Amino acid sequence: MFQKEYETMPRRELRSLQLERLRWSVRNAYDNVESYRRHYDQAGFHPDQLKKLDDIRRVPFLTKEMMRENYPFGLFARPMEDVVRLHSSSGTTGNATVVGYTARDIEVFAEVVARCLAAYGGTKKDVLQVAYGYGLFTGGLGLHYGAEKLGAATIPIGGGNTDRQLMLIQDFGTTMLACTPSYALNIADHIAVKRPDFKLRDTNLRVGILGAEPWSEEMRLEIEERLGIEAYDIYGLSEVIGPGVSAECEKKSGLHIFEDHFYAEIIDPETGEVLPEGEKGEIVYTSLTKEACPVIRYRSRDISRLYHDDCVCGRTHVKMEKVSGRTDDMLIVRGVNVFPSQIESVLMEYEGTEPHYQIVLDRRGAMDDIEIQVEVTPAIFSDELKNLQGMASGLEERIKSTLGVSAEITLVEPRTIERSLGKAKRVIDRRQ
Amino acid sequence: MVKQVSVFLENKPGRLEHALKVLADGGVNIVALTIAETSGFGLLRMLVDQPTKAAQALNSAGITSSETPVTAVEIKDTPGSLLAAVKGFKERNLNIEYLYTFTERHTEDCIVVIFRFENCETAERVLWKEGYKLLSHEQITGKKQDDA
Repeated sequence: MFQKEYETMPRRELRSLQLERLRWSVRNAYDNVESYRRHYDQAGFHPDQLKKLDDIRRVPFLTKEMMRENYPFGLFARPMEDVVRLHSSSGTTGNATVVGYTARDIEVFAEVVARCLAAYGGTKKDVLQVAYGYGLFTGGLGLHYGAEKLGAATIPIGGGNTDRQLMLIQDFGTTMLACTPSYALNIADHIAVKRPDFKLRDTNLRVGILGAEPWSEEMRLEIEERLGIEAYDIYGLSEVIGPGVSAECEKKSGLHIFEDHFYAEIIDPETGEVLPEGEKGEIVYTSLTKEACPVIRYRSRDISRLYHDDCVCGRTHVKMEKVSGRTDDMLIVRGVNVFPSQIESVLMEYEGTEPHYQIVLDRRGAMDDIEIQVEVTPAIFSDELKNLQGMASGLEERIKSTLGVSAEITLVEPRTIERSLGKAKRVIDRRQ
Repeated sequence: MVKQVSVFLENKPGRLEHALKVLADGGVNIVALTIAETSGFGLLRMLVDQPTKAAQALNSAGITSSETPVTAVEIKDTPGSLLAAVKGFKERNLNIEYLYTFTERHTEDCIVVIFRFENCETAERVLWKEGYKLLSHEQITGKKQDDA
């Protein structure tokens, strides 16, 4: 464990540390950010109302829209002279959001990422290849600083160029590879098609640090089997800090949120009500120590559930389930809520089906149509039409019974669905 | 038993061309070919002179294919000959998945019919017992099988 005294802190002690830090953090936002102050004054909230942790429910939410309205620096609580780094979201769904870090924020960022790496068994003896994109995206630099903080030999290769990734894995003796889960599968495909002679199992690679997009348990099994590694989930969002908000431990059952820095709640995305522990809903984050860009009750739009389970790893921090979808990814099809991750699970469960798929939504008359394009790999190919058609109709039945809506399965040739090095585009919505 | 190469193709323009180009570039000659189609995809089934080479070329181009055992049988080019053969299969409860034929005469009075049976081995034993002539890869393509 990288910071045992915090990671295994008894709950009571942790809660009192959280309260103390929460009051500081809300004060930091209120005193130094005009937008927060106006927002709170209008809602009749004042930081002095925070007497106990549960009083956080009185604090108004921070939404993605508010962050965008304040582009670029409207939510900064420190002058630019104290800011040492700026990151920004890709802004694919609207304006970009910008986050700034003080030197102390960067230090915390590196520490929480180092905690993640240690949780996956990483030590300073490891050689860590960072195949996340470097740049405005927090993935590359986040992993980079965390790996250096841990003391691992860090390879800043960045995303893409799979042949070069393989060369370095072999020549530099890479033990841990950080990338998106879809890129991990991309590597497996690349080896199968272009480099069948390359034996990943003969290299030192043993751990995958996978995040930046939701992925299913079935996808984990496939990655582990095809790459011969242990695949761990790393989670984070740039608004809160970047990767390192939470991480799986050796148990691979849920991700521990580093609660001494981030306070998490689950709310009903419709009503905004805080839900009891164990219920599924939208995660809301509050940064407890960030100086430059405090986020107070930030609605992440990520869907998960929080619980405590006396984890054998010894960490006392709350666990979150693997993110199962996003409130804004949620597809409403004929009135039914559908998450792409559910469709992925069905495809993966079905024997032999690789998770290369794309969901296409269209409107036929007044009805919404879901088409799921699935690539036919040699593993599921049959020379007989009836077998292929049987597979498609079997999947259709499974999807209907799991999701409650019917979808049409279309079989497509391998590698016709676009592979991205960053986030996989799983949904094409043509209904607008 | 003869090896047939089967290829998965999407049912849209350019896909057949792509597969054929891969085979041509690989120096593979096609001796018989048939396409089965559905609304969304098709199956290209072929007998080629070098099945192993064909599979390798298709695979490295990222085209999904498989090798399927089929049975090549000489049938008399006269009215009722195919009927007689098929009748024999029915009596022995042998199911034909699909078949296609060479229309050109293989010998003076015979053509070649390619059968895909549910159970290739049993079917071949039956045909052989009934005196049908089963053809090898070499007899059909004029070349030795490339993996033998």
